Amino acid sequence: MRLGIDVGGTNTDAVLLDEVDRLRAKGKTPDTDDVMSGIERVVSDVIRDAGIDPGEITHAMLGTTQVTNAIIERRGLTRVGIIRLGAPATRAIKPLAAWPEDLRSGVEGPASILPGGVEYDGRPISEFDEAQVRAAVKEMDGGVEAFAVSSVFSPVRDDDERRTAGIIAEEVGKDVPVSISSEIGSIGLLERENATVLNAAVTPVARRVVGAFQEALGRLGIEAQLFLSQNDGTLMALDYALRYPILTIACGPTNSIRGAAFLSGMDDAIVVDVGGTSTDVGVLGSGFPRESAVAVEIGGVQTNFRMPDLFSIGLGGGSIVHPDGSEGAVRVGPDSVGYAITREALCFGGATLTMTDVAVARGMAEIGDPGRVDAARETVEAAYERSAAMFEEAVDRMKTSAEEVPVIAVGGGSILLPERMPGVSRVHKPEHFEVANAVGAAIAQVSGTVDRVFSLQDRSREEAMEEARRTAFEEAIRAGADEDSLEIVDIEEVPLAYLPGNAVRIKVKAAGRLENY
Amino acid sequence: MREVTARDLDMLAVGAAILGTGGGGDPFIGKIMAQQAIEEEGPVELMDPEELEDAALVLPTAMMGAPTVMVEKVPEGMEAVRALRTEEARLGRKADATCPIECGGVNSQIPFVAAARTRLPVVDGDGMGRAFPELQMETFHVYGVAGTPAVVADERGAVVTIETRDNYQLEWIARGVTIRMGGHAMLVDYPMSGAEFKRTAVRGTVSMGIRIGEAVAGASKEGVHPIDAVCAATQATIYGRGIPLFEGKVVDVERRTREGFAVGHAVLQGLGTFQGSRLVVRFQNENLVAEKDGETIASVPDLISLLDSERATAVTTERLRYGQRVTAIGIPTPEIMRSEEALEVWGPPAFGYEDLAFVPLECRFADYYASHGVPSGKEQYLDPRTGT
Repeated sequence: MRLGIDVGGTNTDAVLLDEVDRLRAKGKTPDTDDVMSGIERVVSDVIRDAGIDPGEITHAMLGTTQVTNAIIERRGLTRVGIIRLGAPATRAIKPLAAWPEDLRSGVEGPASILPGGVEYDGRPISEFDEAQVRAAVKEMDGGVEAFAVSSVFSPVRDDDERRTAGIIAEEVGKDVPVSISSEIGSIGLLERENATVLNAAVTPVARRVVGAFQEALGRLGIEAQLFLSQNDGTLMALDYALRYPILTIACGPTNSIRGAAFLSGMDDAIVVDVGGTSTDVGVLGSGFPRESAVAVEIGGVQTNFRMPDLFSIGLGGGSIVHPDGSEGAVRVGPDSVGYAITREALCFGGATLTMTDVAVARGMAEIGDPGRVDAARETVEAAYERSAAMFEEAVDRMKTSAEEVPVIAVGGGSILLPERMPGVSRVHKPEHFEVANAVGAAIAQVSGTVDRVFSLQDRSREEAMEEARRTAFEEAIRAGADEDSLEIVDIEEVPLAYLPGNAVRIKVKAAGRLENY
Repeated sequence: MREVTARDLDMLAVGAAILGTGGGGDPFIGKIMAQQAIEEEGPVELMDPEELEDAALVLPTAMMGAPTVMVEKVPEGMEAVRALRTEEARLGRKADATCPIECGGVNSQIPFVAAARTRLPVVDGDGMGRAFPELQMETFHVYGVAGTPAVVADERGAVVTIETRDNYQLEWIARGVTIRMGGHAMLVDYPMSGAEFKRTAVRGTVSMGIRIGEAVAGASKEGVHPIDAVCAATQATIYGRGIPLFEGKVVDVERRTREGFAVGHAVLQGLGTFQGSRLVVRFQNENLVAEKDGETIASVPDLISLLDSERATAVTTERLRYGQRVTAIGIPTPEIMRSEEALEVWGPPAFGYEDLAFVPLECRFADYYASHGVPSGKEQYLDPRTGT
């Protein structure tokens, strides 16, 4: 039996799936400050509703926004010692140069730019100098709680980063977390370095979340294998999650897209997740969210994470309808009553015309008291039309071609979505849509990803592909995947412009079922 | 003379990306480098070309090479200074100023790095008036300035002095040296006197880049649509007013690599007043030709830029994707870029469009330019007798 838990911005959700993927119970409770109590409450609810013994739960997966929130709110972060290899190159831009000051001041420890790193084809830029690295680490020891190591073109060759990590372990002991950039991000030194520093900085947050997860489940007598959701829709074992906590960023939207896939039985669709204030539109392809092509910004810092490609609009169940000029025209949102909807919306006896009221007035949903929604018919229709147009445009933006695609609607506000939309073959509103996130966590596979630059001077493209595939499989097994179920789920090959010798960037993702499931 | 601040460089990055016509490299790294250099060394002066003494020595500074390498092997910071000092030693005299060779893209920022570290002013003008892929595509070259002696410098202290008989060979050899240096290098070329700069440069392009960036940033506060603000920002320059060519949604992008360049085309399906029409934009890193419903409406050397329809920020060739809402704008080139000799270097035939003759935007859109006006020196385009 699998237990999926999602700790979101407002609520903590949970679902139980059995061995034939049937949903046996679902629950929702408001988040608690200590995280643990909310998890404990909702999990004990679903165990009771399903009528099972806690010992029947074999795997438990947690998707949480805690790491994202810590960065955005600048809370709970730790000071990081920063080592960058590639001198004399890269000195023109110091580490963390473009960071917002308030985030930087809490995280920035001493930084050293030292010899090492490689050119695009793997030749050293300058000779790695162990003495200099050791001296720098000794200087930083005691003043920082974590280390971040980045080197030029480490996605091509990361030897220098690994040697540095080894030296750090020797000098300060194995308990001090060390993040190396080749394991965190891809081409783009500054973005990769930023992501690596952030990864090191959120270590205490990760430890707290993992600790709360273990304790809550322990108190309920659950002895399952534990995992955290990562941003590509797959799972990481807890020890992996403690080393790469930054990979949990954006797992919420990813889980919602994956949950939508499962609940609707589809692998390719546009997913529209309508919340109280905003709607996120993502793309489901081959069962996984499409990744964003542009650099992703977190808390004001540029990174190059693998994050889901999302288009967000300020339209949700609580969005306020405003008259806009004459002749019954209206504007919808971006302001919203948010979770005060049960106080503010007309159908709940409040005084604000919200999109939920519009849905109720049109008979699209049965919520509250329809008799209380005394808005003019033209206003209701105009609001519906405006919201439909906003949804249509958002969906259109995320399509990859002009062909009609199916849409899966999830999230509490999905009652607003029209039954039919231009450019859309069908709008699916699956059962259990309100716990899609927790479902996404529960059904997740385990993956391994490789994203490296290969020079085709000394080897053929087929050899490079084979090496990439093998490495991806090894990564997935290391994360807990069952070897026999492994499949390549994504391959991307990008020839690098301007460079001779056919340098090519190959990204491969392999995924498989959890071992022992 | 005016002092250039870190904020000016933020604005310049936005404006230079638009002048980059789809290419030119992302100004971001160049901007951070320039801002760090100014923070460490002090402010940089932007000099009007008229303030240059005829006998002054101007040494342009730039970067060349693969953008993929620059974002990974970030520069060391003093490469352009070493190139400049090596050039000074070769010429036997000190420079009085530096300037960009390309005002579009990242090369708008590089001279500020060199200027901050050497305490030289940057002259307000460049040799391309936009972005172009090759070193001989300079007004300096067109009007007879030798590109060499030139110096290429890497991050480890290597400096290579190049002397060639012609500027096409300069491009060929410099590009080879750059590849050996790891795919990226800094460069000094087209050493010239103040008089030669005044005679051959495209003037005012740095301050214009800053002004375009300010137009984008300030538009919503002014109550103006950012696209209109960008078009208005070039009106009082030697370019003339920009023109919105087409508003639409990207419905197809075809992009492949050929000899190191990203070549292909994008198709836009019309929106708003352009509903029912299609625009094809053909590019080779930079945008070269725009065809509306099968008819050419703009071509190189005139600037064709794709901007985000809401925010008016530039969409580069690499970033084009299905579904994006973009507005294509045209900016007419200054006269100095339209002479017969200039068109031989960068007219449509130079990019493989052998049968396409250059027709200026002012002629293609006569009514628009009749009502908005043209800069002095371009009146002939409004005269139905002499306009082509």
